[in-house]
Amino acid sequence: MTPGLAGFVVAGAEPHWDDALDSVMAALAETFALAPARAGAPGGGRRRTWLDTFDWRLYRAGLLLEYVTANRAGQLVLTSVGASAAGDPEPVVQPVTGWRVVQPCLFDHLPDGPVTDRIAGVIAPRALLPLVTVATTASVTSLLNEDGKTVARLLIERPVITAGHIGTAGSEARIDLPPRLSVTEVRGYPGPARRAARIMALAPQIEPGAPGGSPEKALLDEALAAIGTRAGNYSNKVDAKITADMASARAVATILLTLLGAVEVNVNGVLRDTDTEFLHDLRVAVRRTRAAIKLLGEVLGLADDVLDQFAADFKWLGDVTTPVRDLDVHLLDFADMTAQLKAAKPTDLDPFRDFLVQRRAREFRALARALRSPRFGQLTANWRATLTAIADGQPRRPGKPGKGAAKPALPGRPDPLASAQTAGGLAIDRTRVAFRKVARRGGAITSDSPAESLHDLRKRAKELRYALEFFAPLHDKQDYAAVLGDLKRLQDCLGEFQDTEVQMEEIRALAEAMLSAQAASRGAIARTVLAMGEITSGLATRQVGARDAFENRFAGFAGQDGQRRMAVLLHRTGGAA
Amino acid sequence: MRIYATYNIKGGVGKTTTAVNLAYLAAADGLRTVLWDLDPQGAASFMFRVKPRVKGGGRALIRGQRSLDDAIKGTDFERLDLIPADFTYRNMDLLLDKGPEAKQSRKLSRLLAPLAVEYDAVFLDCPPSISLVSENVLHAADTIIVPLIPTTLSVRTLEQLTDFIAGFSGRRPDVLAFFSMVDRRKKLHREITEELSAKRPDVAATIVPSATLIERMSVERSPVSAFAPGSAAARAYRALWTEVREGLD
Ligand SMILES: Nc1ncnc2c1ncn2[C@@H]1O[C@H](COP(=O)(O)OP(=O)(O)OP(=O)(O)O)[C@@H](O)[C@H]1O
Ligand SMILES: [Mg+2]
Repeated sequence: MTPGLAGFVVAGAEPHWDDALDSVMAALAETFALAPARAGAPGGGRRRTWLDTFDWRLYRAGLLLEYVTANRAGQLVLTSVGASAAGDPEPVVQPVTGWRVVQPCLFDHLPDGPVTDRIAGVIAPRALLPLVTVATTASVTSLLNEDGKTVARLLIERPVITAGHIGTAGSEARIDLPPRLSVTEVRGYPGPARRAARIMALAPQIEPGAPGGSPEKALLDEALAAIGTRAGNYSNKVDAKITADMASARAVATILLTLLGAVEVNVNGVLRDTDTEFLHDLRVAVRRTRAAIKLLGEVLGLADDVLDQFAADFKWLGDVTTPVRDLDVHLLDFADMTAQLKAAKPTDLDPFRDFLVQRRAREFRALARALRSPRFGQLTANWRATLTAIADGQPRRPGKPGKGAAKPALPGRPDPLASAQTAGGLAIDRTRVAFRKVARRGGAITSDSPAESLHDLRKRAKELRYALEFFAPLHDKQDYAAVLGDLKRLQDCLGEFQDTEVQMEEIRALAEAMLSAQAASRGAIARTVLAMGEITSGLATRQVGARDAFENRFAGFAGQDGQRRMAVLLHRTGGAA
Repeated sequence: MRIYATYNIKGGVGKTTTAVNLAYLAAADGLRTVLWDLDPQGAASFMFRVKPRVKGGGRALIRGQRSLDDAIKGTDFERLDLIPADFTYRNMDLLLDKGPEAKQSRKLSRLLAPLAVEYDAVFLDCPPSISLVSENVLHAADTIIVPLIPTTLSVRTLEQLTDFIAGFSGRRPDVLAFFSMVDRRKKLHREITEELSAKRPDVAATIVPSATLIERMSVERSPVSAFAPGSAAARAYRALWTEVREGLD
């Protein structure tokens, strides 16, 4: 039997589905005798749960992953929906036992097999989360010729959502989705299948399913919509809904609200410790918030002390997340770290790992306390209320963070929404200033300059990056991508230069902490500390490499070509007039 | 890929009935299976409701001018396909009777070779006779399944066949005979079947009884194993298939 020749979906709302199916059957019955399929024909039911990371890494890569159960056997099925002209390759299948559908599964806990081989690199270091569970019952009808021979088959599938693991429908959701119909050909009988497909195409109550696309993807998209969400609705890009002619205060408030959303949406994943990237993304959103307050905050028209208090509270939030993230970085790097050891044995570092794990557990408890604290709750609530008022264009009395009190805007200040500056003007202004700073300070760096000058340049480059990212929707996509690419390469180099130094210092501090914590067993710890020494020496080599690469990277970004690219970008930015 | 042929010089002994049921059971066991109806009468094709006609003509198929692939028809059963009979098979001897003599009896074997990509099991249903066709079948098959009617003569038929195969140079197929259409109420049937299956290792322990349900196959146009899976007849074919498969180890 060949795979589905033509797929259709029943149109319209639920009460009419059965009528539609009846009329399709009646139309087919004019040409074929219809019979329920004999035993041994494909059919039956199955239950599938789609899986992806929180940031949709598989979906974005054109991959659909399902955990499917049929006849009690479970398997992971990976389908590729990439738009290759040659059609989709065969799905990759991996039988699994004991899969816990409602539990997240960390990338390095996946059972060995072909699906894991294919996806591990795509999802690491994230966990797979269940999205939505759909149970499908299928029935097969044989289309018979005058000899009573099956010459084509009609497969009717009725999908029903049995659980929404994300979205708003809840884990008890039960939502029927429109039935699917497909005709399959019997080998050696191409004509009847084509005839059946033509008949179905003429039936008014059904329509082609996923024309030109993947029926699997169409079903997933439909199921996600039914539980109140959609694929790809989270990424750690800023992507605020702003336009160039928006009042600048409203635009900045909108950007900050988007960032606040990113903070809040990651809190649950952090508290459940689902994977390390929830905390990472939360920290990125906090850093961006602090940068936006610093770079753009004054256009909000808030009193200085109000804004300062928010800034201080977000600094607090950033700080409480730092220890766990630092330890996460060491742990995520651990495999690479041990792999580069030459003198020491990989196992020499085991005590170091144990130490990191213990520390992380302690620091995590402190982090969780902070995220559950009234201070955090009030911060986000007040910040949201303050920003919403500005974004909605009704500057009420902004709340004072942390205290619950409110204070009127300073009477002397102009109404920020009345000010003439647009988001486009603000974007050009701030980006230009930030770029000049990077160009000037970077240009002054020579091979004799102290490390601090590079660290300082890194900060300026970050500010520029933020200015670009916040206003990304206002820029021409290609211009933006060109400028950002060069800037990223420069930042990577500056980051490597500073981070290697920071990591060396951290490892030294951790070594001291280990030694004082385990004074009793110094002998055993000596090997570990020696191995840690080897790691720091590797970091030192990388730092030297980054210093050597700097000149080139900087020229690539801020040299003549780079200046021109930036000029083009800002010239074309919406609202440039 | 394993090639099975049901064969007997005599007509009406149950060759087609056996091929149809064993092919069905092979497919049900998960083997990708194809049954080639070599009898111009097309009894096996009829059983699967497939018209006894090869697209583009059976002649071109046997001459190797058309690939078997184009002739294959899906049956109503999963994993079970059929190459229908064709009227031109009446003269198949003449079709095979071309080229150097040494190669004439190996033609079928060569035609079947490409099927190995797609199938695990091939069943050949032969017309009764001694001919170039049957010689081709005996050379192509890995296992010859021989239905025997319990008569004193049946032993001789089997001996003749095994002698003939013993004369093959090179590869020789396995032979497994079994008694078909046995009526346990007849003393003679009991004696012959018991004696022979005890004495000869190439006679299966399974006995297929004479059953009206088996005769009904041509009315149902379906293997008895499919339309009456719980029946004694279906159980007998299931046991026979198990013996045929186990004979491989
Ligand atoms: N076990 C059985 N009990 C009763 N009838 C049987 C049995 N096996 C076969 N028959 C019947 O005997 C007849 C001949 O069977 P079948 O066509 O399978 O034999 P064959 O050897 O293929 O014949 P031919 O030589 O004509 O090809 C058919 O009518 C069939 O229904
Ligand atoms: Mg026959």
